[in-house]
Amino acid sequence: MVEVEVERVRKTYGKVEALKEVSLQFRSGALTAILGPSGCGKTTLLRSIAGFISVDAGRIRFDAEDVTSLPPQKRGTAMVFQNYALWPHMTIFENVAYGLRLQKAPEAEVSRRVRKVLELVEIGSLADVESRKPAALSGGQQQRVALARALVVEPKVLLMDEPLSNLDAKVRQRLRGELRRLQRQVGITAIYVTHDQEEALALADTVVLMDQGRVVQLGTPQDIYLRPATAFAAEFLGVSNQLEGEAAAGRLVVAGQTVGYGGPVRGKATVIFRATDIQMEEPSAPAREGTMVLNGVLEESLFLGAHYRHYVRVGSSLVLADSPAPRPPGPVRLALPSEKVQVYG
Amino acid sequence: MVGPSGNRGSGAAVGWRALRMGGVVLAGVVIFGPLSSLVIWSFAEKWYWPHLFPQQIGLFYWAKVLQGDMLRALQDGLLIAVVVTILTLLITVPLAYVLARLPIPFKPLILMIFLLPQAFPQLPVFVNSTTLLYRVNLGGKFGGVVLIHMVGALVFAVWTMTAVFRSVPETLEEAAINLGASRLKSFFSVALPLATPGIIASTLLVFLYSLDEFTGTLLVGSPFILTLPVFMYRTSVGYELQVASISALMLMVPGILLLVLLERYMKSEYLSMFGRV
Repeated sequence: MVEVEVERVRKTYGKVEALKEVSLQFRSGALTAILGPSGCGKTTLLRSIAGFISVDAGRIRFDAEDVTSLPPQKRGTAMVFQNYALWPHMTIFENVAYGLRLQKAPEAEVSRRVRKVLELVEIGSLADVESRKPAALSGGQQQRVALARALVVEPKVLLMDEPLSNLDAKVRQRLRGELRRLQRQVGITAIYVTHDQEEALALADTVVLMDQGRVVQLGTPQDIYLRPATAFAAEFLGVSNQLEGEAAAGRLVVAGQTVGYGGPVRGKATVIFRATDIQMEEPSAPAREGTMVLNGVLEESLFLGAHYRHYVRVGSSLVLADSPAPRPPGPVRLALPSEKVQVYG
Repeated sequence: MVGPSGNRGSGAAVGWRALRMGGVVLAGVVIFGPLSSLVIWSFAEKWYWPHLFPQQIGLFYWAKVLQGDMLRALQDGLLIAVVVTILTLLITVPLAYVLARLPIPFKPLILMIFLLPQAFPQLPVFVNSTTLLYRVNLGGKFGGVVLIHMVGALVFAVWTMTAVFRSVPETLEEAAINLGASRLKSFFSVALPLATPGIIASTLLVFLYSLDEFTGTLLVGSPFILTLPVFMYRTSVGYELQVASISALMLMVPGILLLVLLERYMKSEYLSMFGRV
């Protein structure tokens, strides 16, 4: 098990700074997800760790070993690609055996290890892997083979570049669970790049949120989800409501209404909360301690299956609120537990 | 509901079939009409105006041709084409791979340089080359003709093969390199096998080009080295139309064979990658 350390790494393409002094530690044996929108630098970071990209400045270390100037062949990482990158002219067996044969492993051992890893990734019947080509498999099965090809060489670090994005939703859900189980079982240090926040939260021990070549936030999935550090983080993690406001000592003006506020932000503020955290009450209901209350008018409700989604007009803004029960249109009071409301300067 | 619309559909289908048949017949006439006169000429022993068909037909000219100079021209032409193809492959496969994959500077410029001889009218380029080749004692020689063929062949080959290598997804090679393969190993185990159909297609193009090349061969090789097209030209200006027809027909055989093969190996991806750097 190897700890990966990235220290003040920079990479510039022409005028675009893909990585701006990124420093990170990837815990050994853990699965770290690098999450961010496209163009945030997450893939550049992953490819720098693999050695496909040479960084402009900074160091990359695997435990104590400095690998910054090592070519990709010598780093001992194994990568799983978004498009599987299986070799179509080789059989499934040859694909998985490739790395071992490069290491000049004896053919009996190659055969034993390939079969073992194919069982591990649950490829199904092993009977015809020596005659079938990858194209005969479904996308999900192909990605299992790609995973087997990476794991069979027992790499120091497993790198995964959006490995599930090309699969349909159902297969993705199932493989997600299996990836987690496999990574735990093998106990390998894994770095997982994705733009899907749900995937990152579900899979990772640690989530690294990146934006514009910088690390925005690092923490456990719970941390990241419940306490997003910036307005960007909150928005990217699927917070549905974002209102502009004005903060002063003890109070906050948002959408033309004044509410109590005890936080440190002063002046222009962004107020963020989730649709699921809103409780809808009658406008006449008594106020409660520790809640932020906004008055609005329910304009429209949509039935989404699991819940109703209500569109509530608050001042000039539209607030989304979810509830399990339907509600008639008309005046409504939105109550929010104070700890579920984030205010950013 | 279904019945009438089905009937109307089959009525339209019959119309379409008739139209298609008409198209096929028309294409047949356009393609084989001119060729038929070649076939007729090759068997004509006596054919004077204003007769529509030869007065006397026979195998006289075929026999004459098959024992004479034409076979030598065919043999020389094939040998030249084989040598040109092999040399071109040896040069362009590695070069195209490098152009397609490695971060070398001035890629568009390098591709342009190969295109340069085609940018000017062929005749002056070849006339100049001829005087040059005679100066270095390659005029009228086998080697000279090979060289002049390669001027054109390299353009075809570099441009198509660069496109072929670019159509092999780069992640496939990265996957190999990531597992410890050297660049060379990745080339031989991943890029080359996947590019083979394209390389075959490109090879066939080069072979056909060399076999059919006329201007350069005439200027550099003739009268010492004759290939089939030059031979055909010389016989037809000598008003031996029968011999010219027979050599034209012979010249078409390898072309048709290779085009059938080409259709098997050419993929549309190659065209989409064509000329990209």
